[in-house]
Parts: sequence; structure tokens; C-alpha cells
Amino acid sequence: MISSPHELEQLRREIVSRRDPAQARVSVCAGAGCLATGAAKVISAFHGEVDKQGLQVEVKATGCPGFCERGPIVVIEPEETCYLQVQTKDVAEIVTKTIQQQKVLDRLLYAKDVRKEAEIPFYRHQERNIIGNNRRIDPKSIEDYLALGGYAALAKALTQMKPEQVVEEVKKSQLRGRGGAGFPTGIKWEAARNAPGSPKYVIVNADEGDPGAFMDRAVLEGNPHSILEGLMIGAYAIGASHGYVYVRQEYPLALENIGIAIRAAREHGLLGTNILGSRFDFDVKVHRGAGAFVCGEETALLLSLEGKPGEPKPRPPYPAIRGLWGKPTNINNVETWANVPLIINHGADWFTQFGTAKSKGTKIFSLVGKIKNTGLVEVPMGVTLRDIVYKIGDGIPKGKKFKAVQTGGPAGGCIPEEHLDIPVDFDELLKAGAIMGSGGMIVMDEDTCMVDVARYFLNFLADESCGKCSACREGVKQMHRILTDITEGRGKAGDIELLEDLAFTTRNASLCALGRSAPNPVLSTIRYFRDEYEAHIRDKRCPAYGCKALTRYYIEPEACEGCLLCLKNCTSEAITGSRKQLHVIDQAKCNQCGTCYDICPPKFGAVKRYSGEPVPA
Amino acid sequence: MRSPDHEESELIQILLDIQKEEHWLSKEALEKVAAKLNVPLSRVQHVATFYKAFSLVPKGRHEINVCMGTACHVRGAPRVLDVVQNLTGIRPGETDGDMKFSLDTVNCLGCCALGPVIEVDHEQLGKLAPSKAAELLKKYD
Repeated sequence: MISSPHELEQLRREIVSRRDPAQARVSVCAGAGCLATGAAKVISAFHGEVDKQGLQVEVKATGCPGFCERGPIVVIEPEETCYLQVQTKDVAEIVTKTIQQQKVLDRLLYAKDVRKEAEIPFYRHQERNIIGNNRRIDPKSIEDYLALGGYAALAKALTQMKPEQVVEEVKKSQLRGRGGAGFPTGIKWEAARNAPGSPKYVIVNADEGDPGAFMDRAVLEGNPHSILEGLMIGAYAIGASHGYVYVRQEYPLALENIGIAIRAAREHGLLGTNILGSRFDFDVKVHRGAGAFVCGEETALLLSLEGKPGEPKPRPPYPAIRGLWGKPTNINNVETWANVPLIINHGADWFTQFGTAKSKGTKIFSLVGKIKNTGLVEVPMGVTLRDIVYKIGDGIPKGKKFKAVQTGGPAGGCIPEEHLDIPVDFDELLKAGAIMGSGGMIVMDEDTCMVDVARYFLNFLADESCGKCSACREGVKQMHRILTDITEGRGKAGDIELLEDLAFTTRNASLCALGRSAPNPVLSTIRYFRDEYEAHIRDKRCPAYGCKALTRYYIEPEACEGCLLCLKNCTSEAITGSRKQLHVIDQAKCNQCGTCYDICPPKFGAVKRYSGEPVPA
Repeated sequence: MRSPDHEESELIQILLDIQKEEHWLSKEALEKVAAKLNVPLSRVQHVATFYKAFSLVPKGRHEINVCMGTACHVRGAPRVLDVVQNLTGIRPGETDGDMKFSLDTVNCLGCCALGPVIEVDHEQLGKLAPSKAAELLKKYD
């Protein structure tokens, strides 16, 4: 039990003194992305090999450093040699050569002579204030967090600052909510602090529902104590005695790690009564979400916490005034809470040195889709989209052409090539017709149909609309129907205008943010890619060959070498032919899966796509 | 420190536990929960139908989740889903007649580097071309 800031510091020193910085250590990413590519087996292989060779080497399963594209990721310390895409077959050699003999295995490096993590271009252009610690921490160990100075910000807040001063510091930092809306966090805290009523509640919103976004998961999985510490500082500032971490049940590892962190914090006296001898009492519970996107909206989340269906309520009253069980409640997103200990430790002035005039600090994005380096990217606000896509993401794979980047999840918008140089912050993205959202960044190339992208998001939103207000329930459904018609070749003149009309009504008449922002994917794609809409409607042609109903595949007789590859891989047995004989697609059987096009060797390039014109007979 | 929770707030948590254990929520289970928490059955049913995590029909031996997240979508997830549907003969939300497969779509599994991804019995299988997905499902019985 730690009962004072002094004891906390003593414990930290004791933990650090037990550790020999010169001792070899293997850190393996145990985040969900690397686990899906075999990290668990790699970790146990390291344990086995180290035991077999009788070595004193610590094997650590860490949080996610973000470079998912090249997982499983292994870092050997103290030299900080970073190996990528490590498999169990590599483990014995790493232990023998790199750990025992300090020899670098070139084939596992990012590139020859790029040995350290910080030298890899993907990392070099980032500013990793939040996610940078993931690699140094076993998220299941409170000691790792304490060794890095964990809970020092809490100790500082509890013993050297009045709650009002904490609120002031956060206000001064100009931190804005990372969940999507970008509302100033300090002002939100102040409202909850000043609201009458007790008890008060603080909540971590970890219902990260945007498809293609997993920043919050990585932080919660990889550094759960940082979220707890932020939450506790917020609770002290606001005057809350109870907290909840609302995690979607689709994140089992995040649930496990935050659960372990809470128990460890309790055992160390960092949760409970009279925390660090300050008379501040606080405890936290974890609540699992049950798979409803709308529960990321704060009024829906509160109802879900109360055990009810998560159907949003009109605001005001805001949760700060009437929240959980009618009491003042403050809800912030995972990444917002993660910023709080940094602001208290280093001060608001340190924080405001990062970012733009109105968007301070760093932001984590999940860079996914048609991009070479898929992963989590933390950059100061104000970096351009171009730098993120090309310097960090290394551009588009397979030599394809960039078309757009979609930000902000289903409520966001698509930004085309000509706007790639806008600085990424809350206001600039809004001006460009997109939003920051929670940080999803989906890159699209020439093969992505923008009408289909709009249809995809509207399908998602129609599915997730809770149905309480008719503007959202019907508006989203009708927009989806029209978009489906267009992508399936049933578009009519006037559809674009009708979509714009529906978008206007849905935006203005919906109850919550889900409906109000649902038109964004439609409007932003019409704004920048109207020609694609027109091609679908007028010529029944999909310029990107992305819409199945409008695309046909055809094997050019002159180019086909009869290699059997497409025939063997055809998923609908639509291709006939034999070795060295011309292959032919039976259009009646073809399901347009595109496998033949993808698989035909580029040197033949015999499979051609047709849209808006008939396939040669 | 006791949290001032109302017992009924545990409703969703209890249903999640049952769902995890039994893979579905039977009528009997719903009735038991209603009686235990002293809330009307209609409210339990409202919750059980509102949230996607719950299934009111039994699941097959193998649960397939096709990720339809945006990253997987632009990398061809709909085509993978087509193939899985053809092969299993069922659509998302359904279970086949001999209880072999249950098929569902999910919004994002968060391993976008591997897209398109499907999950079979909680094991994630990535970088799936449609033809690979077909090959893969054949090994389950």
C-alpha cells in the first residue's frame, strides 16, 4: 500500500534500482494486431529459447507501438534493435546471434542499416507523446508504469494543486476532446465541477465504434494505467467519487488489461479511500458495451451504463448537469484522458507547444486501407495529410494512384488529392468537408469507387441508427436506398439533387450526432467526386470498377497464355479452358469477385475489366 | 467503497455473461434474468434485441465473422463475404440447417493491416482473397 507521494517515489526508485539497464531484454508487441499475426507464439518461443540457453534475459509482452503492417514487432534492448515480422522460426537465431553475440540480423530489419525503431521512416516523422510508452510497458504490470514515473501526475495534483487549479491547467492547455467533437475538455470539466448534486461521476468512453479506427484500443490495451491516472486526476478536479470505464465487448484484451490495472491500483492503494494520504476517495468499475455504435454518443452511453437500450436523448440538459442516474457526469474519450497526466506533469505550456493555433497537442490516427504502412500514427496537430500518407504511410501499394483519404469514421468525409496539403486539425478538416472524428484515416486508391464508399457508410449508419427519431431512421435509409440503386445501375437523373435534399433534412432534423453527421459521407463525395456519380447514373459505368453490378471481366484471347491460374482460383467455376488453351469467362456464371483480374500474372495482363460498355462477344 | 449502482444496471452485463457462456440467449434465460433482477420481461427483451452482441437463436459449431470495417471494405471484403455466403449457403445473422456455421459481419476487428479479415471461432485469418477464403472454410467440419 502506498500512502503518500513520498512512498510512491520510494517505490519507483526501488523498482528502478532492481532493474539493470544493461541487461538484455526482449520486448514483443502483444497488441491485437501483432497477436493476429502470431505474436503469442513468438513470445512463448522466446521464453523457451531463453530458458533452454540458460540466459538471464527478460522477455516482455508489451503494448502496441503502432507499426501493425510489419508485426510481430520485436525490440532487443539495451541496443534497441528493432526486428519486424518476426516468426517463431527466427527466435533461436535472434537469441544466439543478436542477444548473445550482438550481431544484427539484416533480414529482420526494416531495411539494411536501419536498426533502431526511431530510424524507421514510419516512426521518424511522428511525435509519440502518448503511444510512445506502449513499447516500454507490459500493460499487465503496474511496476512498469510506476518505473516510468507513473502516478506522479496524480500525486502532484492531489498534494500540490487545488481541484480548481487542475481545471485551470487543463483549460490553459486548450486540450480538446479526442472522441470526435473536439469540445474543450477544461470547460467540460468546469461545468461538471460547478454543477450541483452528488455523487458525481467520471467516465472513460472506450466504445470505439468507428470502423477502421483502433487508437483507443491500443492505448487502453497498451498503457491502461495512464488512462486510470488521467481519470483519477479528472475525478479529483471535478469532485467525483466514482468512475466507469465503458469498453466495447469486442475488445477482450482491452477489457482484460484495464481490469488487471484497476485491481493492481486498488492493491497499491491508488484507488479506494484516502488516496496517497490526500483524503481523496475514488473507485472505478468496468462496464462492457454490447455492440451498438450509437452508444459512443454520450447520452446513449449513459443509458447503456444504466442497463437500458442506448437511445440518445436531446441535449441540454448536458451530462455535466444531469448525467448518470441524473447526477453531474463528465465523459471523455480514452485518448483525451491519456493526455491529462502529461499536461499535469509537464504543464499546459509544454502541451501547447505542439499543434496549431486552435488545436493543441498530438493526435493518434489509425492509418489504414490502401496504404503501404498500416498502423497507428501519432503526430502533432497541423501536420499535412500528405506527410501522413506519404512520409509515414509510404504511399499507395502496387503502384496505384491515390484517390482520397477518408477521415472521421462514418460521420466523416473524403478528402481528394488537391486538398492533401491542408494541415490536419479540427477546423481545417471541417472546412474541407470532413471531420477529425476519433482519428480513423482510410486511404483510398484509384480502384475505390467513391459512390460505393458513400453507400458503405450509409449502410453502416442505417444499420446502427437506433430508430428513435424519424429524420435519422428514414433519412439515412432513403439515402442508402438511392445510393444502392446508383451503384447497381438503377440511378436516375435527379438522384444527386434528391440526395442533397435528404442530406439537408437529415442533418437539420436529427436528434443526435449520428443522424446529424450521417449525410457527411454523401455530401463530401458529391462535392469532390460528382463526376463518378454522374458516370454511374448516366452511363451505368463505374470508373473505378468497384461496383460489382456494373463491372464485367473478360479474358483477352490475344493475351491469355492458358496458365490455368484464374481457372483454378475462380470462386464461381465460371472459367473454362485447359493448359496452353484460351480461357473463357462464362458471364452468366461469373460473380464478379475479381479474383481472375487480381491473379492473372502482370506479364500477361489478360483479364480486362469492362464497365459502361458491353463485353466483347 | 460501495458504488451506488442500481441492480438493474447490471442487466446488460449479466446478459453478456450468458451470451458468452451459451452463445445465445434462450427464452428461459431471459425469463430467469427478469425474475432475478425484478424487471419486466419486456425490458429484458428490449435490451436483448437492441444490442448486437446478443443472439436470440442458437449458434452453429463454427462462428464466422466477416470484418466489414472500412479498411477491409476498400480492400475487397464484400467479395470475400459473397464467397463465404455462397459456400455456407447462409446470410449474415443466420445459422445453417445442420448447425455447422453461423455467419455474421462485424464492423471492425481492428487488425486493419491484415484486411480483408475474417474470424472463425475467434481465430483471425487475414489477407484473404476470395479464393483463399473458399479454400479455408473447407477445412471445418
